[in-house]
Amino acid sequence: MSFQYFYSQAIEEATARYAKEQQKQNRPFYYAGGTEILTLRRLNIIYPKAVIDIKHIPACNIYKLHEDYLVLGSALSLTEIEEKNFFPLLSDVSTEIADHTARNKITFGGNICGQIFYREAILPLLLTDSLLVFAKDQHLRTELIHDVFDEQLLLQEGELFIQAFVEKKYLAAPYVTIKKRKQWTVGYPLLTIAALKIDSRIRVAISGLCAFPFRSTSLEEVLNQPNQTREEKIAAALKTIAFSILDDVEGSSEYRLFVLQNLLDEVLEQLEEK
Amino acid sequence: MKQKPNKIVLELMINGEKREVVVTQDKTLLSTLRDELYLTGAKPGCYNGDCGACTVLMDNKPMKSCLMLSIEAAKFSITTIEGLKDAPIQQAFIEEFAFQCGYCTPGFIMNCHGLCLAKPEATEEEIQKWLSSNICRCTSYEEIEKAVKKTLALYQKGEQR
Repeated sequence: MSFQYFYSQAIEEATARYAKEQQKQNRPFYYAGGTEILTLRRLNIIYPKAVIDIKHIPACNIYKLHEDYLVLGSALSLTEIEEKNFFPLLSDVSTEIADHTARNKITFGGNICGQIFYREAILPLLLTDSLLVFAKDQHLRTELIHDVFDEQLLLQEGELFIQAFVEKKYLAAPYVTIKKRKQWTVGYPLLTIAALKIDSRIRVAISGLCAFPFRSTSLEEVLNQPNQTREEKIAAALKTIAFSILDDVEGSSEYRLFVLQNLLDEVLEQLEEK
Repeated sequence: MKQKPNKIVLELMINGEKREVVVTQDKTLLSTLRDELYLTGAKPGCYNGDCGACTVLMDNKPMKSCLMLSIEAAKFSITTIEGLKDAPIQQAFIEEFAFQCGYCTPGFIMNCHGLCLAKPEATEEEIQKWLSSNICRCTSYEEIEKAVKKTLALYQKGEQR
């Protein structure tokens, strides 16, 4: 079954089209890079009858410093984010997503809103308490990421992710990001960790351990305990993970925890003294 | 109920020529190139964005044509392997025997050509980063690397055509 393609140049045009197609039961999708939509459709996992291209909407293409924030449009390609590089942590996380040619097409918002569970581009936003802007019908809403992210972005039906605001104070904060794959430096991810130090505290967000990316304040709490050895902190940190650990062909749950243990060690090694 | 044909007339700029096609709105660029325009250089591989065999250049930037709708491509100048016409990277692939079965070669060449145009001073790290977008099942990677480095050297000396 084929789908109809709609081009939109404005937020209200896109959201109105979505509402209209939804009313017609056409299972609409917002389409930016479209890489995941085309892949999942080919695999008969999704069945869109309408796609609404949002990548020409100016507000979705912004990349600028504004007052105390860096503003990132959802339709920026990951390559654009890497090249502009105002936020090195996000650039470094982005540069490990998929491959270079694919990143010319994959968008920041598409990665975050995707169904494929890695969604690594969300990690820097979780670490920096970012603000996210959404649109639906004629309305915009701005939310703190922690209020609208629980395993995935909690979008209302027909809502469009427009922009993320990251406070400038985080842009130059010391950080570490490491991606581990099953083999070599290419191939599907096993585990990605992103960590940042701000106000003398280390923050950590993880993708690939569970079926969703997450940031855990309880894990951070034990990592920041004074008067404990690094080994004690890591052992305590692993015990805080209350989610089900992935156990698949890319890595058993035991192996993922082992890799996480090493990654936490590296994070502490690099950030403790900064 | 019979579905509407859902087709669209597109004008694509391919290899310097305007080409008109009538395609369904969900047709990928890869399918249009091969089935409508008989430009079969871009190869279908994984259809999943993993292998890079279908790579073409869009405004000189490499893109996987299996992950792009034809309708999205209408704004770009598209270059396929058929449009290269003896580019230095093609000669280097021959001289370095940078292929065996040849199936992945058009995709690799387009990506390498894009790299030479965008970053003639590419570092080792940048070469690795760009070329990790393509897979060669015959594992000609070392020869491909030699070919791209040889071509980059020509660009650096200004000796490319």
